[in-house]
Amino acid sequence: MGSSTPGVSTAPAATAAPSVPRAAFDWRPVALLVALPLLAWPLLGSGSTWLTLTFAGLTMGLIIFVIASGLTLVFGLMDVLNFGHGVFIALGAFMATSVMAWTAGADGPTVAGVFAAMLLAMAVAGAAGLVFERVIVRPVYGLHLKQILITMGGMIVGEELIKVIWGPQQVALPLPQDLRGAWIVGEAAIERYRVLASVIGLVVFVALVWTLNRSKLGLLIRAGVQDRSMVEALGYRIRRLFVGVFVAGSALAGLGGVLWGLYQQSVIPQIGAQVNVLIFIVIIIGGLGSTFGCFVGALLVGLMANYTGYLAPKVALFSNIALMVGVLLWRPQGLYPVANR
Amino acid sequence: MNFPGPPGAPPALLSLRGVHTHIGAYHILHGVDLEVPEGQVTMLLGRNGAGKTTTLRTVMGLWPAGRGEVTFDGQALQALPTPDVARLGIAYVPETMGIFADLTVQENMVLAARGARHAGELDSARLEWIFGLFPALRTFWLHPAGKLSGGQKQMLAIGRAIVEPRRLLLIDEPSKGLAPAIVGNLIAALRELKAQRTTVLLVEQNFQVARALGDTVAVMDDGRVVHRGPMAELVADTALQQRLLGLSLGAH
Repeated sequence: MGSSTPGVSTAPAATAAPSVPRAAFDWRPVALLVALPLLAWPLLGSGSTWLTLTFAGLTMGLIIFVIASGLTLVFGLMDVLNFGHGVFIALGAFMATSVMAWTAGADGPTVAGVFAAMLLAMAVAGAAGLVFERVIVRPVYGLHLKQILITMGGMIVGEELIKVIWGPQQVALPLPQDLRGAWIVGEAAIERYRVLASVIGLVVFVALVWTLNRSKLGLLIRAGVQDRSMVEALGYRIRRLFVGVFVAGSALAGLGGVLWGLYQQSVIPQIGAQVNVLIFIVIIIGGLGSTFGCFVGALLVGLMANYTGYLAPKVALFSNIALMVGVLLWRPQGLYPVANR
Repeated sequence: MNFPGPPGAPPALLSLRGVHTHIGAYHILHGVDLEVPEGQVTMLLGRNGAGKTTTLRTVMGLWPAGRGEVTFDGQALQALPTPDVARLGIAYVPETMGIFADLTVQENMVLAARGARHAGELDSARLEWIFGLFPALRTFWLHPAGKLSGGQKQMLAIGRAIVEPRRLLLIDEPSKGLAPAIVGNLIAALRELKAQRTTVLLVEQNFQVARALGDTVAVMDDGRVVHRGPMAELVADTALQQRLLGLSLGAH
């Protein structure tokens, strides 16, 4: 454990009163998350700009979290570096273009179509994940270099297949009329779609945290991330668990693809490769295998991208790399390192 | 049972016949023959690097046996994956203890109990018995296991192994790195398990622990079992100890 945790009292505990402090939560990364918007405030000058950018950044962060959460668990549980995760994002986004076209009414895409797109994108990306795990990932368990090469290759093949089905060009993904526009709070504009995307991101976060902390399945995943051979020695088939996590992570990437595509209002086949860079930054910042770290890292990346995009667009490309460098200098294993790794 | 033990001895629950194990390029076990009689504590002794830990890991399927037979209650284990070996009723306490540091003591115990989905489903009478053996587990029930002391972690590791009834316990050097007073507590708890006729295969370097607990003993050297017999026989024969373990009891 880090040096931040208070010392453990070694005095024998007499009765009910526990002498060891309850799980000391490490607040400093969260403090960093709060400090970033506060730091940006004076730089941005106007409060309304700050509010708009902060909300946009949190939305972007939540979408990135939805995409990256599965990847960090896949790495944590099986030590598998999946550089092909982006293909599920692209698949989800392109599924959305089709589903929303099918469900479009006389006055354009519908809100029901958005939800149908999300469900179908999750199903298709999850199924693709099952095939991807079986065909591409399974033969290279334990071989990091081969994993990187073959999963990247898998993504290229997937991207080309997407071009075969949907064509190589950019496809528009317009929002339904009811989700366009913004609510005006003071002078700040809060876009309706971003509220929806944020709510979905938060629901995914709460559902994941609940599952990981309150269910036996979550217990198995958390334990497996720390020491998978011990979980097997306790009698659980971790391979099966891993396939389940891989499929769920792929489905979430598909959902994230829909959210991301609607956020950009257009989709290109290279979307996966673009977002891949961001999600790797996020899971490295968060601490490989840590879901809460992934959440904090995603929000930091989203905020950073929006602030610098407004303040210094030329620096925006580098800002998240700089963020990663800074975090790793501070905590070389990420914000919330997973024990035993 | 395939292999009759010595006359009068209980039948072997676990037996190894000519087991060879390779780890990477290294040939660690060179034909291990071992029997663990039902309802007894079998001590596995030997110098560092003799292959004791590898023997336990081979039984669990964590390292595959290249050759030979591992039989548990008449069933061949050597082809089974680790989870299936565990599901036959074998619990393993590794040398490293295998505690999940980020999980609470309670969560570690729930995980070990395959029949329980949450703490409410743990067998409370059994839990009281375990708390009686290891009071620290009750005290730190809701604390992260990573915050426990070394001795408390070892108690959790053993508590986890007995949270549900198991037919065989494989315990690897529980006394390692513990203060003598803590080792005393541990011996008392393991004696209680022994009194319940639990079948245990216990790896130990500490001869005092071994003589306090063992019914039978097997001594390993260079990947083979070089001596098998009753513990009392080895305790009584200083020359044999000297030859097998390079120690003399008088020194303690």
